[in-house]
Amino acid sequence: MSTMNKKSGDLGTWLMHIFLGVNAVIMLYPIIMMALSSFKTNKEIFSSPFSLPQSFSLDNFAVIWNETNVPRYFINSTIVTGLSVLVLLVVGTMAAYALSRYKFKGNIMISLFFLSGLMLPLRLAIIPLFIQLKTLGLVDNLLGLICIYTAMSLPATVFIMTGFLRSLPSELEDSARMDGASEFRIMVEIMVPLITPAMVIAGIYNAVPIWNDFFFPLIFIQSPEWKTLAQGLTAFFGEYSINYGVLYAGLTLAALPIMLVFIVQSRRFIAGMTAGAIK
Amino acid sequence: MATIELRDVTKDFGGVQVIHGANLSIEDNEFVVFVGPSGCGKSTLLRLLSGLEELSSGEIHIDGERVDHLPPARRGLAMVFQSYALYPHMTVFQNMSYALKVAKKSKQEIEAKVHAAAEILQLTELLDRKPKALSGGQRQRVAIGRAIVRDPKVFLFDEPLSNLDAKLRVQMRIELTNLHQQLQSTMIYVTHDQVEAMTMADKIVVMRNGHIEQVGAPLELFNKPVNKFVAGFIGSPAMNFFQGKIISANEGAYEAQLDNGAQFKFKTKAGLLNAEDKIDLGVRPEDLQPNQDGSGKIVGKATAVERLGAQTYVYLSSPIKESMIIHHAGDLDVQSGEEIEVSFNLESCHLFGPDEQRIEFDG
Repeated sequence: MSTMNKKSGDLGTWLMHIFLGVNAVIMLYPIIMMALSSFKTNKEIFSSPFSLPQSFSLDNFAVIWNETNVPRYFINSTIVTGLSVLVLLVVGTMAAYALSRYKFKGNIMISLFFLSGLMLPLRLAIIPLFIQLKTLGLVDNLLGLICIYTAMSLPATVFIMTGFLRSLPSELEDSARMDGASEFRIMVEIMVPLITPAMVIAGIYNAVPIWNDFFFPLIFIQSPEWKTLAQGLTAFFGEYSINYGVLYAGLTLAALPIMLVFIVQSRRFIAGMTAGAIK
Repeated sequence: MATIELRDVTKDFGGVQVIHGANLSIEDNEFVVFVGPSGCGKSTLLRLLSGLEELSSGEIHIDGERVDHLPPARRGLAMVFQSYALYPHMTVFQNMSYALKVAKKSKQEIEAKVHAAAEILQLTELLDRKPKALSGGQRQRVAIGRAIVRDPKVFLFDEPLSNLDAKLRVQMRIELTNLHQQLQSTMIYVTHDQVEAMTMADKIVVMRNGHIEQVGAPLELFNKPVNKFVAGFIGSPAMNFFQGKIISANEGAYEAQLDNGAQFKFKTKAGLLNAEDKIDLGVRPEDLQPNQDGSGKIVGKATAVERLGAQTYVYLSSPIKESMIIHHAGDLDVQSGEEIEVSFNLESCHLFGPDEQRIEFDG
C-alpha cells in the first residue's frame, strides 16, 4: 500500500484514480441533475432534460417559499432531527460511558441488549409501536417521532461511542480522580471532550436517516402542520400532474442542510473514522 | 511533609492475592523507592496508597491519621503517572490548574501557584501550549508541575521516567533528586530499574510476588541482602550464584563444596546448617577476579568478552556449565574461548541457606 502511494505514476494508482473518479461521477450526477433541474421550468425539463438551465431563475424556490407548506416542513424536520440527535448524543454518550468505563454486574448483558437493537429492524414492531404511542397520546405529534428516532438510533450510537471511550487511557481518569474531580465531572470535562470526533460521527450517521425518513412520519403524522420534509414533498406528486421544477427545488432544499453539515464536519468525520484504528 | 504507615495491607483481585500483608513505615521527607520485577505488586501498592484502588484489608495512616476510607483527593497526595496522563485538550496552564479549579481556589491563588511551579520547572514559556506540542521531557515536567501546585503531603511517582530516552532519563533523575531537596516533602517512587532505585532513594523497598522482601538504605541492600532474591536483584551486572552443599558441620565450623569443585571453610552459628544442606554462594562480578589471590578458585571458559577500556566484562562458563560474569576495573586481555582461572575471597561473598535466606559468616 505504501509503495502504491509513493509512486504516483504507476498503473495501479491510475486505475484506482479512474475507478474512484467514475464512482464520484456516478454518485454526484443525480445530485447535480436535481440541483440543475430546480432552476428549470416544467416544460424545459421535458424538452431538454440534460442541458444547463436557460437561466438560473429562482421562480421555483419562490413558489416553494410562498405557495407551499415546505418552510413549515423544513422547520419540523429541523426540530425533529435536531432534538433527536441532541437527546441521542447525551443519552447515548452517558450509556456508553457507563458501559465502557465501569465494571459492574450485568455490564455485558446490557451491552448485548443494546447490540441486539442493531439487528432488529424497528419497522417490524410498527403495530405495537403505534398502539403504544397512541396510548401515550404521541401520535400526530413531533415528540412521538423524536422518541422513536432516539430509541432507534441508540444502539448504533452506543456501539460507536463505546468503542471510542474504551480506547481512552484509564490513567487520565485516575489522574482526574487524584485531582479531586467527581465522576460526573471527569466524564464531562476530561473524557467527553476527547471523543468529540466520535460524537460527530454518531451525530451525522444518525442525522442523515432521520432527516430523510419517510416511513415513520407517514404512519404517525397526519396533520399538515406537523409533516416533515420528506413526507411533505409527496404533496407535489399530484394525481394528474406533477410540477417537476418545484419538486426538484424542494428536494434540493431538503438535501442541502445535511450536505452542509457533512462538508463542514467532514474533516472531523474522517479523522474520527480512522482515529480508532491508530490508537 | 508527612509520615506514612502501612499496617498489614493486603489486596486481592477476584480471589488472587497480589499484596500479602505489607507493613511499612515511611519517615517524613524521605525519598522511598519501591522496586521489583514486573508484576511484583509495587504499582498496586502505590495505587492502594493513592486511593485509586481499595484495600482488601489493613490500614493506611498518613501523619497518624487513618486514610484508607478517604477518596484519593482527600488524602493529600499527588501522583505522577507513567504515561504522564496530561489532559490532551487542555493547555499546560489548564492542566496544572485543574486540581485547584476543582478545589474552587480563587483565580489569583491559582495564577500564583501555577506560575511558581512553572518557575521551578522552567515551564513558564510553555504555559499556553497543548501537551502534543511538547517534548517527552517537557510533558514529564508538566506532570510533575501538576503535582507540585497541589502542595501535597506526599508525591507518588509511578515509573515516571520509563518513557524517556536514556540520556533524558539520567537528567530527569538528577532533577527529581534536586526537586526533592528543594520541596522537602515525602516522595514515593516506583520503578523496576534498580539503578534509579540505588541513585535516588533514601530507602529502598524491594518487592517480589506481593511480598516486601527487604527495606533499607541502598548500600545496606547492596552489602547485606537478606535473601538470594534481593542479592540477585540489586547490583548491576547481577550477582553470580554458585550452588553447592555442606559436607561437614561441626559446632559452628562448616566445610562446603560447590558443584564446580571449589571448597571452602567458614564459621557461623551452630545448628544453622546441617551436613548435606544445599547452599548458594553469591559473588558479585567485581569480587570475582582473574588472579590467584583469592581463597576460592574456579576455572571457566570465556564465552563473551566486552572490553570497554575503563572496564571489562567477561562472561564465563564453568566446567559444569554454570554461567558467571566478572567485572574487572581496567582493561583485561582475554579472548573469547580462552580458559581462565578466577578467584574470590570468602569475606566478600554472600552465603544463602537452603531457604535462600542470608547466613552471616562468623569470624
